Amino acid sequence: MATLELRIREDVTVRSRRLGLLFWLAIGWIILIFAVAILADVLPFPSPTDMDMLEKRAPFSTEHWLGTDGLGRDELARLVFGARSSLLVGLCAPVIGVVIGGALGMLAGYFRGRFEALLVGSADVLLAFPPLILALAITAYLGQSILNLTLILGVLGVPAFMRVARAATLALSRREFVIAAQALGATHARILLRELLPNVVLPLTAFFLVGVAITVVAEGALSFLGLGVPPPTPSWGSMIGEGRESLDIAPRLAFLPAITMFLSVLSFNLVGDTLRALTDPRQGAL
Amino acid sequence: MTAPVLLSVEDVAVDLPTPRGNLRAVDHVDLEVAAGRTLGIVGESGCGKTMLSRAILQLLPKRAKLAGRVLFDGQDLLRLGSSALRKLRARSLAVVFQDPMTSLNPVLTIGTQLIETLMEHLVIDLAAARARSIALLAEVGIPAPEQRLMQYPHELSGGMRQRVAIAIALSCEPKLLIADEPTTALDVTIQAQILDLLAREQRRRHMAMILITHDLGIVAGRTDEVAVMYAGRVVERAPTQALFKSMRMPYTQALLAAIPKLDAPPHAPLPAISGRPPDPTRPLEGCSFSPRCRYAAARCQREKPVLREAEEAEHHYACFNPLKITAGLSA
Repeated sequence: MATLELRIREDVTVRSRRLGLLFWLAIGWIILIFAVAILADVLPFPSPTDMDMLEKRAPFSTEHWLGTDGLGRDELARLVFGARSSLLVGLCAPVIGVVIGGALGMLAGYFRGRFEALLVGSADVLLAFPPLILALAITAYLGQSILNLTLILGVLGVPAFMRVARAATLALSRREFVIAAQALGATHARILLRELLPNVVLPLTAFFLVGVAITVVAEGALSFLGLGVPPPTPSWGSMIGEGRESLDIAPRLAFLPAITMFLSVLSFNLVGDTLRALTDPRQGAL
Repeated sequence: MTAPVLLSVEDVAVDLPTPRGNLRAVDHVDLEVAAGRTLGIVGESGCGKTMLSRAILQLLPKRAKLAGRVLFDGQDLLRLGSSALRKLRARSLAVVFQDPMTSLNPVLTIGTQLIETLMEHLVIDLAAARARSIALLAEVGIPAPEQRLMQYPHELSGGMRQRVAIAIALSCEPKLLIADEPTTALDVTIQAQILDLLAREQRRRHMAMILITHDLGIVAGRTDEVAVMYAGRVVERAPTQALFKSMRMPYTQALLAAIPKLDAPPHAPLPAISGRPPDPTRPLEGCSFSPRCRYAAARCQREKPVLREAEEAEHHYACFNPLKITAGLSA
């Protein structure tokens, strides 16, 4: 039993050493923006939509910590409420992608055949189409709303998640533990859900975080173009777009949301990459 | 052999389409295994041993074409529907693979894998399944079985992993266990332990076993009957004792001679079999072993020898120039 305990402790030290300070900073930033976004209504922020025409582009002060924007709205409050829409879209869209794409990818990788060819073909078509143009066209057609935006970005993410899930399933379904399960009389559903899914979840989770980062940027780009979250609801992208008009007078109005977005995307990427690095060699070793 | 026949493989052929043409992995094989008996299948890599075992389990790759009949307990497995086949596999068949590294699911604990298999196939509640899992692990010789339930496969050694794989295979009391090179990936010192474990459980549960290996030494003491395969065909089949007493097929002799011997003088060259097996996509007209055979005659290149009964009962071989009975080596 002594050897068993030793081994577990060794594992833990290896893991924390590999993660590093940057990883924890990224985790800290993600927790911070999530906390303020969720608690925005409870925390004593001024309204993000109340305009004060006398205080346009006010500098940093105790009243407005990060100043006000071109319409005299509190910049910090807009950043916090902007985090809400950015994160809502940034999380919900990849969830759509990971659920649909993951399921289709696993089915394609497990059953192969014509079904797989069809799925891979349609995924290639969707991937070949410039995603922002498609998003622009659909938003213009269906109208601007957070729901539409989430659905579009979610569907655009499906092929990428499908590929990740299919590749992982392809490699795993040749493994002998799948054949062993079949030899023990397991059904297809059981093999997919109990044998393969726990293995596929690891690469999918890592890719999910990268997906969040990509979606936040895409949402920002669409909002910057005025086709994302409808005003006056703030979002980081639309704030950058509005700040563009006063770049010469008050560049911070564009830079503050840009930096916030940059830090958030960087954090998601860092965490995603670290998780992938942690899961990859483990999979290879087993 | 008085025991009733459990599995009979009749004229089974497996074809695999490849980019280089049709590959005949198993070439019209006939075999029988009686309940509670052990059959050894011996042959070098790529001779169709594994494909034959997959054919018995009906777990061939999707593109493979299977011909012939596989009768298990009187049922033709090729004619069973998928749900009936699944039920039969769950209750009666089990496999142990070569590499326990890949035959266990890396991200599930030993306990999850065992308990789920039990609950899937037996009418049993969680507590009972847990108790039975612990009992099974103890039976296959795993120390501290309760703690092992919480561990992942990568936390165990190779031998331990193979014991877990055997425990999972035995969990539903199969009538036939197929052990596909169960010790090839293991340390030599562990090999004997695992083989003894398999033999013990096989006797205790009175199940039939097919032991697939490339090592004639492994089958010597642990099987009732041996079938030697070469290039997809059974080239010699006999009760184990009879085979080692008087092997008739030159290939069997060559295989046996290729086992390193402890009492051989140092630096003596190992009598390896020269050449390679024939390309399975380009079958030879004559005996497939003829290009490598010391005794090959002109007839061997023209005609394929068929498996026929030798002078002794139950001894079959496929050769035109069989070895003299005295030529056999003692194992």
